[in-house]
Amino acid sequence: MITLPLSQVLILAAALFVLGLAGILVRRNIIFMLISIEIMLNAAGLAFITAGARWQNADGQIMFLFVLAMAAAEVSVGLALIIQFYHRFKTLDADAAGRMRG
Amino acid sequence: MNAVFYISAAVAVFATLMVITRLNAVHALLYLIVSLLSMAVIFFLLGATFAAALEVIIYAGAIMVLFVFLVMMLNLGTPAMAQEKRWLQPRMWRGPSLLAAILLAELVYMALCGRRPFTAAVVGPKEVGITLFGPYLLGVELASLLLLAGLVGAYHLGRRRPQPSPLREEPR
Repeated sequence: MITLPLSQVLILAAALFVLGLAGILVRRNIIFMLISIEIMLNAAGLAFITAGARWQNADGQIMFLFVLAMAAAEVSVGLALIIQFYHRFKTLDADAAGRMRG
Repeated sequence: MNAVFYISAAVAVFATLMVITRLNAVHALLYLIVSLLSMAVIFFLLGATFAAALEVIIYAGAIMVLFVFLVMMLNLGTPAMAQEKRWLQPRMWRGPSLLAAILLAELVYMALCGRRPFTAAVVGPKEVGITLFGPYLLGVELASLLLLAGLVGAYHLGRRRPQPSPLREEPR
């Protein structure tokens, strides 16, 4: 049985994380920034699963479950924030909220 | 079986690249769903079958539905219908459909191939459940608290206020 080279899976996770990071740095649309955060969380989950597969215990999958729950809570709050943002600024450009008023 | 992993990895990277370069949010979401499905194939190959199922059900199912719902909700009115029809033209489905067909071909190949597709030992849902509700019980409770906080926060933030800042008005 061919064993999967786990270092290559970790390289894939790093590549996906970097893609998400590039997305959040480059894009100014706030929906795309939230999507990029999802990509980064998913890459972190892949790294956890890889580590769990390396030592063949369930802890990696459990950490993935926690990442999943955190992503769900983050998405619900983030989408509500986007709705408020859109109603207030009538745009989805994140630079529209670049100036604080406090 | 390594070829299956490499093809899935290529699909994941390509779909993610397409996600962050699309101009349209709906097209990006289509590619993001394909990316999540390819990640589920990789989880399956790593022996994490329960995590693969959750990736499809929760990530590609529930969370992506939230995103699509938001994108469709933010443009209300009569021009929105024509806009959505323009967004979902048949040619926009070709790229994600092709990538999803590649993943489906991998899945069929793994199902028809007699050998076990896993390259690592399978850690099944039973072990995950036993560990989750044993040593990690406190973590489960904290996750439930986090989800409750997310629910309350989303409800509070999602309300329409009649005025942008009613607190700033002077009382008469």
